[in-house]
Amino acid sequence: MKFPIINFNTMKNDGTSSVTPRERRKFLKLGFVIAGVFAGGKILTLTSITATAQASGGNGIKKYPYNPHYSMVIRQSLCIDCEKCVESCNKTNDVPGNEYRTRILTKKYTGTLDKQIEFIPVLCNHCNDAPCVRACPTRATFKDSMTGIVRMESKKCIGCKICVLACPYDARYFNAKRGAIDKCDFCWEKRLSHGKTQTACSAACPTGARTFGNLTDPDNIVYKLVHQLEEQVWVLRPADDTKPNIFYMKGNMRSVDNILKEQNFKLSHPDKV
Amino acid sequence: MPGRIVAISKKWGFHGIEAFKNSSPLYKMTMGMFAILTLAGLSVGLHGMFVGYHNVYGVTREIAWGLLISTYIFCVVTSTGLCIISSIGHVFGGEAFMPITKRAVFMSIMFMFGGFCIIFFDVENPFRMAIWNVLSPNFVSNMWWMGTLYGLYLVFMIIEYYFLLDQNHTLSRLMGFFGLVVGIAAHSNLGAIFGMLHGRPFWYGPYLPIYFIFSAGMSGGCAILFFTTLGWKINSNIMNQRMERAIKAVTQITIFLISVIIFFTIWKIITGMVSDGKNLIIMSFLTGNYAINFWVFEVFLGMILPLYLLVRSRGNNFNLILWATGLMMIGIFFMRYDIVIPGQIESVYHSLGVVEAADMLTYTPSFHEIMVSLFGIGFIGLTYFAGEKVFNGHQLEKNEIVPDGGYICPGCGAIHFKAEGETEEDAMKRHHRIW
Repeated sequence: MKFPIINFNTMKNDGTSSVTPRERRKFLKLGFVIAGVFAGGKILTLTSITATAQASGGNGIKKYPYNPHYSMVIRQSLCIDCEKCVESCNKTNDVPGNEYRTRILTKKYTGTLDKQIEFIPVLCNHCNDAPCVRACPTRATFKDSMTGIVRMESKKCIGCKICVLACPYDARYFNAKRGAIDKCDFCWEKRLSHGKTQTACSAACPTGARTFGNLTDPDNIVYKLVHQLEEQVWVLRPADDTKPNIFYMKGNMRSVDNILKEQNFKLSHPDKV
Repeated sequence: MPGRIVAISKKWGFHGIEAFKNSSPLYKMTMGMFAILTLAGLSVGLHGMFVGYHNVYGVTREIAWGLLISTYIFCVVTSTGLCIISSIGHVFGGEAFMPITKRAVFMSIMFMFGGFCIIFFDVENPFRMAIWNVLSPNFVSNMWWMGTLYGLYLVFMIIEYYFLLDQNHTLSRLMGFFGLVVGIAAHSNLGAIFGMLHGRPFWYGPYLPIYFIFSAGMSGGCAILFFTTLGWKINSNIMNQRMERAIKAVTQITIFLISVIIFFTIWKIITGMVSDGKNLIIMSFLTGNYAINFWVFEVFLGMILPLYLLVRSRGNNFNLILWATGLMMIGIFFMRYDIVIPGQIESVYHSLGVVEAADMLTYTPSFHEIMVSLFGIGFIGLTYFAGEKVFNGHQLEKNEIVPDGGYICPGCGAIHFKAEGETEEDAMKRHHRIW
């Protein structure tokens, strides 16, 4: 079968007069449909942005896996690099002189008018999908089934250091005194298991940059900070998808201060939750 | 009893301690040098263990795996490779590869032991490992699987070697098959130790497990050629037409595998250049701190030069093969180093743009690390030279591995099969038409 050849060059222009109102209406309708699809997409995106702002991957967390689900919110702009947290941590947990469980990183901005320097406290993120826990051959490091703290059972540690390589947060080091890998345990051994409610670093922080608490309890300050919708909350290295429990936010906005009214006098009540 | 021992030693091809006594002074000196190296490495390692590794090793908090791990990987890669290449012959029946088997399996076991010597001084608590690997296994940990599978691999290889010596080729073949399967599982798993660290983009992905297997094949081919031609230098009696054919076959497969690794390397570089997480490390290979390691050792000594020399040798020029594979062994050593160390030089906080993680991290092996590596290498060298004498050049017995219907060709020493109604002479003519 042969198709008829249409020669467009020799075809006559019909003009717009030949388009019927019915055809015009059809064309307009199509345009609305297309525009409508775009608008709908936009609205969907907006709603999903509020979900990601909850720093939990935007999947709509129904329930946190641990209770108490210990986690920390770091309000970055409040950190003044006094290193009281580092000192206090080293003292509490017998960290050797040249090592650290937590540290404060410095970020410098050049050529900016407003912000010039920023301090970022970092520590073990106590990830829900912790790469170190998967990597350990002898289960010497494990996720505490009650609190979600990534802890060490030193006697099982063979010192292969695969967990040091697996950790995307540089939170682990070999402690010769313990003969095992050492890491932040949210002060479980030295404070929390003795009934204290704050870690050494969060208790020592004079500005309230570090806020420690229970993510499962809706009345807890950590829950409130992570679940407010006004300010963006983020985690470090989200692409690694380790589901960290250390949340970061700017924390110098009025909206946040309103939520944190109770925390304004944190220095005088260090153990206040 | 003595009569029985004599019978076994004859069957196994033992030459005994007498062989050492009859060896040349140069040979004795070489063995003595390797023995001193082994003892020195061992004592330096024990010193490090006594004073604490963190005081004497060059590894840091950020670069936690150093020279010892890369040398360990060099040893186990070569061991697996020797197993893979030798299995072509005595497991899968590739007749041309059969004469190399005994030496390859022996060296495979020795390389494995050498690797274990080194890892003993890297792991902080090796004695706990023996207990807790059994009592508290983590089945999702690659590290656990690596230890377990390599242990099993070593057991299979030792049993296989026993049956090889005992000329029980059915069981040896079966054990060789198990050894190969477990070896490949263990070795790809070693690649996966790196490949499954999703916090380290330079390593992450299926590339390394696959690369490790091909790379092992290449290392194995190289090692067989090196040790066989060196064995020929020591004792020219080991060479016969059958062995010459085996060397030719191994040369061919090594050339092929070098080409495969060149292909792998090219794509590693090209894909890495467009990836944010890998770019800095790739650039340190091309123009940075690791440029000499990469271009001179890994690319030139490890791939380009041996490829050229092996092609030039046509599989006949054993001196050229010895040089090519000797240099290639050095290049391969740097290849392993270039996997382990550069993967850690970019701090995990580099992408955060903080001052502390702005520069690439550096690592220099310490004296103790170098000596412990030489402990493993020295041990392998010592056992190689001892093996050549004790096992009389790992020669196959004349009556070995002749399947039904086959005969050993008087011309080339290979196994030929007669077609129906064919005389041995006709069969030989038919076989040698292509050779």
